[in-house]
Amino acid sequence: MSATAHSVVEPSKVSRRIAGSVVVVYALVSMIPLFWILATSFKTPPDSISYPPKVIFTPSIEGYCNLFTTRTRQTAEYIASLPPAETFCDETTRKRNMVIAGQSNFLPRFVNSLIIAFGSTFCAVFLGTLAAYGFSRFKVPLADDLLFFILSTRMMPPIAVAIPIYLMYRELGLSDTALGMILLYTAVNVSLAVWLLKGFIDEIPREYEEAAMIDGYTRMQSFFKVVLPQATTGIAATAIFCLIFAWNEYAFASLLTSGTAQTAPPFIPTIIGEGGQDWPAVAAGTTVFLVPILVFTILLRKQLLRGITFGAVRK
Amino acid sequence: MAEIRVENLRKEFGSFVAVQNSTFTVEDGEFFVMLGPSGCGKTTTLRMIAGLELPTSGQILLDGEDVSMRRARERDIAFVFQLFALYPHMNVRKNIGFPLLAQGMPRAEIKERVEETAKLLRIDHLLDKPVSGLAGGDRQRVALGRAIVRRPKCFLMDEPLGTLDTEFRDLMVHELRELHNRIHATTVYVTHDQMEAMSMADKIAVMSNGLIEQFGTPQEIYDRPASMFVADFIGSPPMNFLSFKSGLARGAREVTVQGAGVEVPEIREDMAPAEMALGIRPEHIRFDENSKLRGSVYGTEYLGTTQIVAVETADGMIKARVPADMRLAMGEPVGLALNGARLSIFDKASGRVVRSSIHDGGQQHG
Repeated sequence: MSATAHSVVEPSKVSRRIAGSVVVVYALVSMIPLFWILATSFKTPPDSISYPPKVIFTPSIEGYCNLFTTRTRQTAEYIASLPPAETFCDETTRKRNMVIAGQSNFLPRFVNSLIIAFGSTFCAVFLGTLAAYGFSRFKVPLADDLLFFILSTRMMPPIAVAIPIYLMYRELGLSDTALGMILLYTAVNVSLAVWLLKGFIDEIPREYEEAAMIDGYTRMQSFFKVVLPQATTGIAATAIFCLIFAWNEYAFASLLTSGTAQTAPPFIPTIIGEGGQDWPAVAAGTTVFLVPILVFTILLRKQLLRGITFGAVRK
Repeated sequence: MAEIRVENLRKEFGSFVAVQNSTFTVEDGEFFVMLGPSGCGKTTTLRMIAGLELPTSGQILLDGEDVSMRRARERDIAFVFQLFALYPHMNVRKNIGFPLLAQGMPRAEIKERVEETAKLLRIDHLLDKPVSGLAGGDRQRVALGRAIVRRPKCFLMDEPLGTLDTEFRDLMVHELRELHNRIHATTVYVTHDQMEAMSMADKIAVMSNGLIEQFGTPQEIYDRPASMFVADFIGSPPMNFLSFKSGLARGAREVTVQGAGVEVPEIREDMAPAEMALGIRPEHIRFDENSKLRGSVYGTEYLGTTQIVAVETADGMIKARVPADMRLAMGEPVGLALNGARLSIFDKASGRVVRSSIHDGGQQHG
């Protein structure tokens, strides 16, 4: 360390400890809401609204039962006349004088979210990679202006164009369709994808493709066989940024989807209205909703980190 | 294998002319070196031959066939890049086999050819290693392997030894030349290092500012430089120049420099009076007390068998190469005797050499 040209002052033990504890405290503070959601999802409805709030409680999966089902209120006589309950969910529902009437809309909404988020991420990254390669390798007329124009689409809050898009989608029959949402999220994400990926592709030496082209490959073949494998880190980082945006997007989703194509974010708050304030079910919905993004982020955390610090750290 | 002919090749990038109307021929099986300082257009010329750049005008003929506007992959040439451009996501075997895969060669045959090539380059023990862990010299060999495995019409190399350290470089210079002697492939090699050029080339083209200053064998270029640029660029230390002002007549055998008569090779052309320069290599200067050309010792550079002595004269510094055992004191006055048979005379305004008897029988250069 001391031999490097520009000497870096080694942080002392004390300052390291202070920095470490600040990070830990910050992490704990930001984790509290997540912890509370997780805890609430395993409470019974009475526990969830008890005052003072219960930190220690008997866990129950009633919230998850209520999340995936719809229930109807029945008389005690009717419930008593039913054959013995088969599942835990049947049993807890009957204790509250209700029976399970069918599946709730949560699962289809969740699947919608998966289709729309992954679909739009794929499109944005695919288009973004090709566009970034083009900007990086070819003399594109007015390249700088075009790149600025692409970036400028992100300069206003997307919701500013909500009304025109709402009207346009209604005319085109794209309202409440998965295709419409995929197109919309792709359009928003592609600018980010182009900019991020251009940086990554700029870093890949041209010689690789030139070597491949001399060795008998077409430009397209060299792109797929040589450039893409080199760009995987960048593609993964870009994909996760796009996915997080599309997965979490609420404003457009609640405006443009209401039925068949509704995604999970606008659906989850509607759970609250069904049969009293069912906080455990809402919390359960939120918890399930968090899982895919959590798994994806953990799987790609290295690439994500590189994506965030990109440009700050040079090889 | 092939003959490469380049005719009036020109490349402009906007208003900048990178290569100005180059014409030369690389004969079948020849090791041809393009030598020049950075930015002289040698790499651009090479990239045009490869098909990585398209010429602004002019022609490139491979075996008499015009390929100037063909795509790189349709030219059947191999290119070794300065930074090797080994694909980092493939191991050595895949890197070498990659060009064969493009031709749709059966796997068994690719394996055979790759192993044969690796043996030739003595890297067969590295075949299944990733390229990222290889040492510089081995990377170089893999890059060469990827080039020769396809048995292309010719090899193009862009400063392939530029990133190696000196010790390794000398070894690779040897290996490259040995390899060339074995497979006799037409090779175009670009470098700014005159030692590499001199020790490997059959023919050299010295380039400067997009122009080919001289085309010839290493001996011709060293002994009979066509211009002051070549004389100055080649040789370490470079050729000495002594200025004088005079006209020259055909048949003259002597010029006057700093009041001293100097014997020169017989002049073969008439020149109107102008600023001229006498060019002489350090090894063709002797110390001679009787010489009228005088100076004082300024410094010495000991090189083992010889030493380079810098002598301050009325016309600037002159460097002489003399035996290492000669004792010289600083400031000591010395007389300089020039070997009249090995002198070149240049026209200072154009930098061009004046034709004399040293050019007799040799190739014509312009």
